[in-house]
Amino acid sequence: MQKLLFKLSVPVIAVALGLLVGGIIMLTSGYEPIKAYTALFSVIFTDSYFIGETVRQMTPLILSGLAVAFAFRTGLFNIGVEGQLLVGWLASVYVGIAVEGLPAFIHIPLAILAGALAGALWGLVPGYLKAKFMVHEVITTIMMNYVALHVTNSIIRSYLLAPGERTEEIQSSASLSSMFLQEITDFSRLHYGIVVAILGAIVMWYLLWKTTTGYELRAVGFNQHASNYAGINVSKNIILSMCISGAFAGVAGAMEGLGTYQYMTINAAFTGVGFDGIAVALLGANSAIGIILAAGLFGGLKIGALNMQAVAQVPPELITIVIALIIFFVASSYLVHWLRNRINRRGKI
Amino acid sequence: MDLMQILGIIIPTAIFAAAPLILTALGGVFSERSGVVNIGLEGLMMMGAFIGAVFTFYGETWGFGSASPWFSFVMAILIGAIFSLLHAVASITFKADQVVSGVALNFLAAGLTIFLVKKIFDAGQTPYLNERIFKSDVPLLSDIPIIGPLLFGKAYVTSYVAIALAFVVWFIIFKTPFGLRLRAVGEHPMAADTMGVNVTKMRYIAVMLSGAFAGLGGAVYATSISGNFTHSTIAGQGFMALAAMIFGKWHPLGALGAALFFGLAQSLSITGQQIPLLKEIPHVFLLISPYVLTILALAGFVGRADAPKAIGKPYEKGKR
Repeated sequence: MQKLLFKLSVPVIAVALGLLVGGIIMLTSGYEPIKAYTALFSVIFTDSYFIGETVRQMTPLILSGLAVAFAFRTGLFNIGVEGQLLVGWLASVYVGIAVEGLPAFIHIPLAILAGALAGALWGLVPGYLKAKFMVHEVITTIMMNYVALHVTNSIIRSYLLAPGERTEEIQSSASLSSMFLQEITDFSRLHYGIVVAILGAIVMWYLLWKTTTGYELRAVGFNQHASNYAGINVSKNIILSMCISGAFAGVAGAMEGLGTYQYMTINAAFTGVGFDGIAVALLGANSAIGIILAAGLFGGLKIGALNMQAVAQVPPELITIVIALIIFFVASSYLVHWLRNRINRRGKI
Repeated sequence: MDLMQILGIIIPTAIFAAAPLILTALGGVFSERSGVVNIGLEGLMMMGAFIGAVFTFYGETWGFGSASPWFSFVMAILIGAIFSLLHAVASITFKADQVVSGVALNFLAAGLTIFLVKKIFDAGQTPYLNERIFKSDVPLLSDIPIIGPLLFGKAYVTSYVAIALAFVVWFIIFKTPFGLRLRAVGEHPMAADTMGVNVTKMRYIAVMLSGAFAGLGGAVYATSISGNFTHSTIAGQGFMALAAMIFGKWHPLGALGAALFFGLAQSLSITGQQIPLLKEIPHVFLLISPYVLTILALAGFVGRADAPKAIGKPYEKGKR
């Protein structure tokens, strides 16, 4: 019990410190932190539109967080979630547009699967290069992000362009949007994707903790040499891990395509959802339940920031700063350990 | 269009586009040679570009005239070094995962710069700069036949500063006692510690140097290439510099070569439209070429390059 409490204390302290420093930054640059934070938190708990938007924002964050966490569990660092998300987005939207005449219960899974497959393919490249040539996945995944950005834009521009620098809208049979969910949330863009995201979290938990494959993947993450000695195929597991991670990221993209937007735009820059996944995974301690909670927090902060700007004129970028600080503090958990040791020692003497 | 004309378009653009990459990659060499991974180069460069744009703008209003960009470079070096302290404190003192801490630095820079731009200018971007680094012919050298106009005609001074600094950094890292200590700390911190080298201090200095160089790189980008600062001014150049450093095998001159190569690849995507043969290739292939070439190069002949041995590991005194 005490161990669990201590585990929880790191993210909680990190969030509190992040918000505190964010408040100090607001104060020193002439804004009113209390007014701003009140505006931020009040709406995401009370206003049905903001609640709906928060849940919508959580959906891709959960999935990209799962993608990062899955790779982390096997000792890999997937910064390529952003690129995998983009190709997944495009693939799912393509299936959503091009395939006609299917009932929704086949069309939707098919489109999501297309997204997952595209993401997995994009993860395969860095996984393969890592396993076969020892190329560091951090560099290859970063490079693959840019390739994805330019390639998806170019494909849309050449083959799928509709007025407004985007693709056509997907068939309604592939859409995750729901009139019912929109109506009960004051016409936010909430869609059924949250169900998919939570299923994704369950899949990750089951895969990692209840299957032999998951055991092997985690073993490779702990110690490659020992795993190799124990007869686990390390290369295969590295490639598999990057593919599964990429598949989660691809589904995150599919949620944007089939749920929030119903189409894909030509992106001038990255969406940022993939990078936010790193923050979500870290704060959620790479566990399925932690990721859902962390995605809730970051989703809420991002959506609430809009109201913060409306009420207290604070630029929403402040929330990016707060998120960055939270990552710093989570990463520096050594600080929390050190503080705890100091306090313990003093308590004993 | 003959070959000379084509080279006349490509080479100056390549050297021009490479300058910020060279500087930032050199910063990366310092940090990683000391054993600290620096994914935060992107954020440091962003900070540098922001400082470069802001202080050049204020330099103009304060009457610094054409010295404004140079004034902003000094500020970018200072503030880049200070900003990188966050990464140093987290990853060296608090033993955070260095990759994660670097990612956090990128986040922070992205948020902080735009936050400040909105606060200062009440808009999403800085005004366009009047005093920028402009092209000029290098006296005498540009009169050399054939290579003169190619390498020294219509050139940016900052590019030559960047190239010269690569040699300076090479000298510092491989020919001075400081460089020896730096490399020792990155290869085997415990041995270095035993010999009386202060590991923590060396790593702090290295990370701050990386901040200074990346800050300068960003400021050069803002004052020569982009001309102002927005949220999309630095979009991946820091990561490119990181790749250039690894491509160049953690060696200053290797990084210089790799950065020039990336500059060339980038310049092809800019100038490709004017060149007969390349005009036929779809634009997207030119756009992705720097990234694909990096991946291929890493998989092919650079894959075996050894990073500094202690890279990514926090140093704990007395721990084996």
